[in-house]
Amino acid sequence: MKLKQYLVLSLAAATMATSFQACRPKGAGNAVTGDAAQRTYIPPGQYDEFYNFVSGGFSGQMSVYGLPSGRLFRVIPVFSVDPEKGWGFSEETKPMLQTSHGFVPWDDLHHIESSFTDGMPDGKWMFANSNNTPRLARINLQTFRTDEIIEIPNTGGNHCSPFTTENSEYVIAATRFSVPPDGEGDVAIDSYKENFKGHISFVSVDKESGEFDIAFQLKTPGLNFDLSSAGKGVSNGWLFISCYNSEQAHTLLEVNASKNDKDFIMAINWKKAEEYFKAGRGKKQTNVRYAHNKWDEHTHSATHEIKTEVTVLDITEFEDLAYLIPCPKSPHGADVSPTGEYIVGSGKLAALIPVFSFEKLQNAISNSDFESERYDGIPVVKYESALHGEVEKPGLGPLHTEFDEKGNAYTSFFVSSEVVKWNIETLEVLDRQPTYYSVGHLMVAGGNSKNPYGKYLVAYNKITKDRFLPTGPELCHSAQLFDISGDKMELLLDFPTIGEPHYAQALPANLLMDKSLQIYDINANKHPYKTNGEAEAKVVREGNIVRVYMTTIRSHITPDVIEGIQMGDEVYFHVTNLEQDWDMPHGFAIKGANNSELLIMPGETTTLKWVPDRTGIFPFYCTDFCSALHQEMSGYVRVSPKGSSTPIKYYTGESKPTT
Amino acid sequence: MTSANRIILIVCSLALAAVIFLPIWRIELDAAQYPEGLELKIYSNKLAGNVEIINGLNHYIGMKTLHADDFIEFTVLPYIIGFFALSFLAVAISGKRKWVYVLFAAFLLFGIVAMVDFYRWLYDYGHDLDPNAPIIVPGMAYQPPLIGFKQLLNFGAFSIPDIGGWTFIAVGVLLAYCTAREIWLSKKNTSNEKHQF
Repeated sequence: MKLKQYLVLSLAAATMATSFQACRPKGAGNAVTGDAAQRTYIPPGQYDEFYNFVSGGFSGQMSVYGLPSGRLFRVIPVFSVDPEKGWGFSEETKPMLQTSHGFVPWDDLHHIESSFTDGMPDGKWMFANSNNTPRLARINLQTFRTDEIIEIPNTGGNHCSPFTTENSEYVIAATRFSVPPDGEGDVAIDSYKENFKGHISFVSVDKESGEFDIAFQLKTPGLNFDLSSAGKGVSNGWLFISCYNSEQAHTLLEVNASKNDKDFIMAINWKKAEEYFKAGRGKKQTNVRYAHNKWDEHTHSATHEIKTEVTVLDITEFEDLAYLIPCPKSPHGADVSPTGEYIVGSGKLAALIPVFSFEKLQNAISNSDFESERYDGIPVVKYESALHGEVEKPGLGPLHTEFDEKGNAYTSFFVSSEVVKWNIETLEVLDRQPTYYSVGHLMVAGGNSKNPYGKYLVAYNKITKDRFLPTGPELCHSAQLFDISGDKMELLLDFPTIGEPHYAQALPANLLMDKSLQIYDINANKHPYKTNGEAEAKVVREGNIVRVYMTTIRSHITPDVIEGIQMGDEVYFHVTNLEQDWDMPHGFAIKGANNSELLIMPGETTTLKWVPDRTGIFPFYCTDFCSALHQEMSGYVRVSPKGSSTPIKYYTGESKPTT
Repeated sequence: MTSANRIILIVCSLALAAVIFLPIWRIELDAAQYPEGLELKIYSNKLAGNVEIINGLNHYIGMKTLHADDFIEFTVLPYIIGFFALSFLAVAISGKRKWVYVLFAAFLLFGIVAMVDFYRWLYDYGHDLDPNAPIIVPGMAYQPPLIGFKQLLNFGAFSIPDIGGWTFIAVGVLLAYCTAREIWLSKKNTSNEKHQF
């Protein structure tokens, strides 16, 4: 064989090898729009278009980002302690984290929804749920602080929450892990079908103060509730909840709760439920215990109270309260279109998206177009009777859908890791873009309201792998910003998030920025241990309790010399920040305290408890750089042995020694 | 038998000996969540690559877990390949043309049987699914392609020979060449009434 033959042969072999490679499809790659940098760049000193409130998942907190820049502005502590802000460490905030189980320092904040007026965000509050120890929180959008937390009784895992009705008449809380009702819990776990129940709570929101009250609960068969959306517009007065585990399995849910071809979306006529509740048709349940914690902006303190009564309506005892719509394969999202006419079910193991019509549902109900068998007493509407249509081959693992202002829907797909845009009327898929990687929830600005703002879509991803510089085994989750103003979605930006971002809300900047609080009026401070100016700063012994009435102002702490503290004392530093200037908090920390710092806003009084563990001199100082002489803003406490003759003595500066 | 062919057969013998220790086949899996890709490498005596991760993912669709112990192939394959390596050497030393033909026939047969066996193996794994699996897509099977690319739900499966497999193929091609050359020579010799051996 000649050289030429060898060459031909090896060329043929090489061609064969490469042609195998060629039949492999190329990945989607990294399709970033050319001028993405320009479209997400907010020049120094300029503002973002939107506030983006993002759930912190297992961090228990809520984060506030700007869109389109993806800049993090603030982490609002909600369900978890936050030593940076003294949340759960200061005496004033400790009651906020009290539950019927005692002080709970952590939770899993899943979803966020804004308060609505007429189906639009009104900029008053954000609501948030905790999944582990079931609670609901209300965050004040003037102060960006958590104002209220209420515990939800009869519930195990408050996942299906905090979705609100068109005018935030109610915030919904519903169980993800059905459990026996409170007080009836000591039963065999395999008696699930008999003893375990679901509860859907309707927590009313006071229009002015925002205060929560569990108005009534609906008791249901032992389904697991995942997500919900209240009806709006034509469907106002209804609530749609995705239900999984219609199998009512109690073990290896991964397999046993995935058996049925269809689970349900539960449609609840909540106006009807309200009527029955007001007519006194509910049953008072008095063996419950749940915490109701409220923040008072004037006393700068929280109160904690345990409540022991709730009204329960068993939906199986009413004919016209709830209906089940079959929905394929363990649905996650149950999302209502802006007009309120369409309800989109996202079965996370399904290969299509069913879209239900409210009008058809109403017709089916009035014609009793039901399956022959009820599900544990609840009528099941025939799938086809309520169906507007199915989106064919949309992707794998649909999770959650939001809407724009032009009649389009956007659905996230966890398994195939993409966002898909489709038309609500025609059900035609219009565009798909990959996400990096495995998107959970998505959010369109105003995408759950009656008039979505549109423009931006953010995908909240569970996996980031190779997207950012690696940081060991634990990687950040991420948000991905898309511009949806054109026909095709355009990827603009990746940014890391805190904890795990589940749901989020975006509010136009101008809805909030002008009413954002700058300082607390010191004259309105009603804290019982407030210090009215430096002249009133003092140290008072009450038995073994020592109260330090302390003030901070640039650049000194009064008093900054404290003697006469003894071993066995409990010392309370009640620190009043006398500043009345924007962005001028002071911090306070003392050596060896088994506690966090305090971070005291202008005009506020906050308390740190300290139990000295040894005799000696303990420096304390301001922890938040406040001024050129911040380093000088410090002082000393002297701790003497128990029974020492050292008297209580305190002062700041040589001129005003006081005893 | 030409000395060139004898040298080729000796080279083939060494190459086959190497195949015992090289990955023969490779199945690459791609999904959005696995930008780095997952890989299953099949050696003559073991499975390697991301076997545990692939087993973990496959449980969602109810596929049996892959364990080298379940395959008799991994026990006998190294011996068969070793036997062929020795046979190539023996034929080269013997220099008998007839044995080249026998070797070619045996090697071809082995190649076919091996591929049929491999196909059966892929078919079983792709079709024998646990009816209690969390994800059941009606009518969907997850048989990876014997060779080439196939989309299986969110995973793209790409199946190709690995270095050992390519070596094996190259040995086959070289053996075919030797065989053809010997046939051609023998015909030429017969017509020329001349013995070159």
